[in-house]
Amino acid sequence: MTLIKDRLEISDPFTKISADDAIPDSGALLVSLSVWQDHWEQLIRRQEPVGVQLASDEHPDVIADDVDQLALIALEFPTFRDGRAYSYARLIRERYGFTGELRAVGDVLPDQLHYMERVGFNAFELAGNRGVEDYLRADKDFSVWYQSSTDDRASALRLRTQVKNGG
Amino acid sequence: MTQVIIANRLGDGVVVFRGADNQWVESINDSLAIDNDAQAESLLNASQEDEVANLIIDPYLIEVTETDGQRVPTVYREAIRANGPSIQKDGQQ
Amino acid sequence: MYRYDEFDSTLVNERVEQFRNQVQRRMAGELTEDQFKPLRLMNGLYLQLHAYMLRINVPYGCLSTRQLRRLAKIANRYDKGFGHFTTRQNIQFNWIKLEETADILAELADVEMNAMQSSGNCVRNITSDHYAGRARDEIEDPRVWCELLRQYSILNPEFSYLPRKFKLAVTGSPNDRAAVAVHDIGLRMHHNEQGEPGFEVIVGGGQGRTPVIGKTIRSWLEPQHIISYVEAILRIYNLYGRRDNMYKARIKILVNALGIDKFRELVDAEWEQIRDSQLEIPAAEIERIDAYFQPPAYEALSDNPDQLDQQRAAEPAFDAWVSNNVVSHKIPGYAIANISLKAPGRVPGDIYANQMESLADLADQYSLGEVRVNHRQNLTLADVRQSDLHALWQALTALELATPNIGLASDIVACPGLDYCALANARSIPIAQDVGLHFSESKKLHDVGQLTINVDGCMNACGHHHVGNIGILGVDKRGKEFYQLTLGGASDQNASLGDRLGPGLPQAEIPGAIESIIDTYLNIRDSGESFIETYRRVGIEPFKEAVYGPGKPTKRVA
Repeated sequence: MTLIKDRLEISDPFTKISADDAIPDSGALLVSLSVWQDHWEQLIRRQEPVGVQLASDEHPDVIADDVDQLALIALEFPTFRDGRAYSYARLIRERYGFTGELRAVGDVLPDQLHYMERVGFNAFELAGNRGVEDYLRADKDFSVWYQSSTDDRASALRLRTQVKNGG
Repeated sequence: MTQVIIANRLGDGVVVFRGADNQWVESINDSLAIDNDAQAESLLNASQEDEVANLIIDPYLIEVTETDGQRVPTVYREAIRANGPSIQKDGQQ
Repeated sequence: MYRYDEFDSTLVNERVEQFRNQVQRRMAGELTEDQFKPLRLMNGLYLQLHAYMLRINVPYGCLSTRQLRRLAKIANRYDKGFGHFTTRQNIQFNWIKLEETADILAELADVEMNAMQSSGNCVRNITSDHYAGRARDEIEDPRVWCELLRQYSILNPEFSYLPRKFKLAVTGSPNDRAAVAVHDIGLRMHHNEQGEPGFEVIVGGGQGRTPVIGKTIRSWLEPQHIISYVEAILRIYNLYGRRDNMYKARIKILVNALGIDKFRELVDAEWEQIRDSQLEIPAAEIERIDAYFQPPAYEALSDNPDQLDQQRAAEPAFDAWVSNNVVSHKIPGYAIANISLKAPGRVPGDIYANQMESLADLADQYSLGEVRVNHRQNLTLADVRQSDLHALWQALTALELATPNIGLASDIVACPGLDYCALANARSIPIAQDVGLHFSESKKLHDVGQLTINVDGCMNACGHHHVGNIGILGVDKRGKEFYQLTLGGASDQNASLGDRLGPGLPQAEIPGAIESIIDTYLNIRDSGESFIETYRRVGIEPFKEAVYGPGKPTKRVA
């Protein structure tokens, strides 16, 4: 499984633990929402990076107040057709102010990476045996965007204003 | 009961039928007649491999009757697929 | 008409290359059909019964002659010489090859056209009034808002994987020619008590398996907020629309399940968070786009030039065409001329390449270089001088484009049906042809007056049968085609869904059944009453009796 973060392939520093696992004292941990809700004090006390993974039917407002304590939020795509996490991502970035790693996991394919990046994902666990090349190629598909969005790319509207103002 | 296998060709969407020698043919009258379940299953499996190999899409079995060398699917929808739209007026459709 | 700037062109060209690459990867097996299907749908490409079908956007129904000529070229080069206009103002080609689609999209991009999001679980073509900017009854020209919403919705990263498709329609006239009440979002421009223009926002309308008339979520919204408000609705839908059952995934299901009040609460709460943001449309951008829709330089002419009256008196056929197909223009001396694509015996909504090319020439000569598409599968030339109507009519007659039947019983809307469509249960085109022929040869046609007939080959209702005055739905009963009739539908500002008349009838009985329905109407109507008015006054019983009653004359076919 290839993990890409900020346009580089990395190995995952986070260990995913399940509800039955004991919480280790050290190491970056990625937990489900229910584990977070049941054990957040213990997880925070460890003073190690913590991440929460949300299923596609778990609205992120339940962790809106916790974002400053999280190093990672992972959002699941059970199938690439389930587009709820695109909205979750925007809320997490723009409304809750999360600045950590926002990771797409599950059925994550190159042809959706462009949209995912634009709504605020900066990390991708690519399905199948895709590599960084697939990601980088998809990244270059477009140089113009109609909508302003979470990323720092200028929308067509903003560029038009600049052109008009001689910018 | 005679069956044949129908599919769409991937590249151009044209309706095709499984013919002899693992070929896909455009005319239903050139299709390979299937008379028993074992043959049907094995040819359908082979067709699904052709789908994975990106030759065709969505192969399935259909029932046909035969009269004077003309094969006619018993289900009307498949007959339309085999022969084209029913509204072929003035050769334009 | 809107013209692409460098940003629009770049986007469309990049989209073409992206799709070209996706097709290559599909052909090489790097993408499975399951992975590829949503991608090709979002570029307008369906796999139908015989071939791929490409649906091309005609944004809010406006075409330049240059674009129309390119469509003719595409019909000839890549298809079988004809195209089909749809109930969403789009054009479809039925015989497309996947291998050639990227080339076709490149040809379209060259004339500022595209097929982006004409299918898929995303925001589709935004449709509007085909008389926009020209009708006497118009309050505000909706096209600038359509274009703003179009750009907002195209390749919108948050809303490209919605639970299901999403359709918007906008009208700027109190006479709704855009069917806004049966769209996922319908926008109706009007003035508030202070005389300021704004939008009534209607949500959760739709047809298909569970037809619903939309409900008003907001009675008046300032125009500069329309994008933020639409975003709020889309976000609530994207978050909470059902994803477990594709037949229950449209926004109308969500609105029904929550109730409009609760739905409004959710949308308004979301909107409060985003309204005063970069989503508020800057005045400069509104002005920039509005400039494209400014009225052309009309000549100073008077209504009803003498020669027009003389020509009408001298030629009954011309008079019939003017009476039925031509409507008033807001500028004196001009007219809006409707082009019927429902010639007797022809496929409704189809047009041949040579007709497209010739019509483009006529539009250049007589209508300032533009053609409109409406949602009843006909075309419109919206800027014809009244003094040119006769010459135009003569030219149209030679092209078989002058059938004087707009809005009459032979102006039938039909989906492609089982002859083309993989979703269909029954054929629809032959029914439309039979009924159309039956009435085109009938003296009753003009006496009956306005009567919308819509034919569908399956419950998806792309032919809008739920909102036809008479709707015909083809069903498959034990391998045979049967047709159920509905009565009393309407898609205008008094929108209503048709009521089921009775059990399905075989194809051969349909023209006779329609005849019985129409005869019933003629017998019981009050003076001046249209079919729909009579139906609403008397109800379904007389018609049920006429078609299914003991003395039913359903076998009487002309």
